[in-house]
Amino acid sequence: MSTIPATTAVATPVVLPLPKAMLWLGGTVLFALALYYFIGIDQGATSVFGDNMYIHEFVHDARHFLGFPCH
Amino acid sequence: MEKRIILRGVLVGALAGLLAFVFARIFAEPQIQAAIDYESGRDQAQAALDKAAGLPAGDEGPEIFSRAIQANVGIGVGMVLFGVAMGALFAVAYAVCLGRVGNLRPRTLSMLVAGGGFLGIYLVPFIKYPANPPSIGHQETIAPRGALYVLMMVCSVAFLIGAVVLGKRLAKRFGNWNATLLATLAFVVVIGVAMALLPSLGELAANVRDYGPQATETPLPLKNPAGQIVYPGFPADVLWDFRFYSIAAQAILWATLGLVFAPLAERLLAPKPAQQLAM
Ligand SMILES: [Zn+2]
Repeated sequence: MSTIPATTAVATPVVLPLPKAMLWLGGTVLFALALYYFIGIDQGATSVFGDNMYIHEFVHDARHFLGFPCH
Repeated sequence: MEKRIILRGVLVGALAGLLAFVFARIFAEPQIQAAIDYESGRDQAQAALDKAAGLPAGDEGPEIFSRAIQANVGIGVGMVLFGVAMGALFAVAYAVCLGRVGNLRPRTLSMLVAGGGFLGIYLVPFIKYPANPPSIGHQETIAPRGALYVLMMVCSVAFLIGAVVLGKRLAKRFGNWNATLLATLAFVVVIGVAMALLPSLGELAANVRDYGPQATETPLPLKNPAGQIVYPGFPADVLWDFRFYSIAAQAILWATLGLVFAPLAERLLAPKPAQQLAM
């Protein structure tokens, strides 16, 4: 098998013009951070949906295993 | 283009989360169950001590979901959604890095971004605040523990991005190899200082008050008023296995992200004449 270089001779051509892509990139980051928050932190240190423990208890094992602080 | 990159990142993230879940179901759940068994045994021993001392019995919270639901469905949903979130962040980081971090092939960049995510979001925070199974962690300190973990994660990601920017700057003067070494060294020093400054969990005010000076919240042996051990400390082997599997699951998740996204990106970004026109 021939070795394929990790780098290309010319600069990687695709550069996303950030101002144009900002809406999608920013929205995606917000969506991801919201998911991260609800899986890892909500109804523990802080709580958005009141004082019940439904989200916390449901994803409880994942929360521990993914490294978030819990009980 | 950014939409196509994000869509692929999210789908690959879901797959990565699913694989990590299968691993967790097989390897982590027995350890989690062992930790829960330890906790209920300890609670019983504590209740017996309290009764002997004439203290009122503390009541347990109501069980909302059964252990079967938590151990089979809850952990699956949690890990797949975590994979989706990490896939989305991965895709954004990939899109921003494209063409801005040197002449890397699309698939090489995919592996590097995945490695950065593994380090920045999980492994570096883990060094200071490692994953804990149930029964490790005091209810009273969940607020500071949550804040410290997020702070550690934000520092780790921010310093990692800083190191990449620094490496790019230095590359012009020192060449790629030396610039990479210097940027890595800078990252290690700065994150090391942050870790030294942040408190260990045992040093939190509520813990020092209730348990004296300890490094962590890992349960110590339970003693009766005469000082005899009536229940052992948390089993070290369960803790090691749990943490080792936790790292392995995250490694599976990020490796899947990098490896599966790589050929998709290569195809998406291949300079085909027709596609160049479309862009
Ligand atoms: Zn817990």
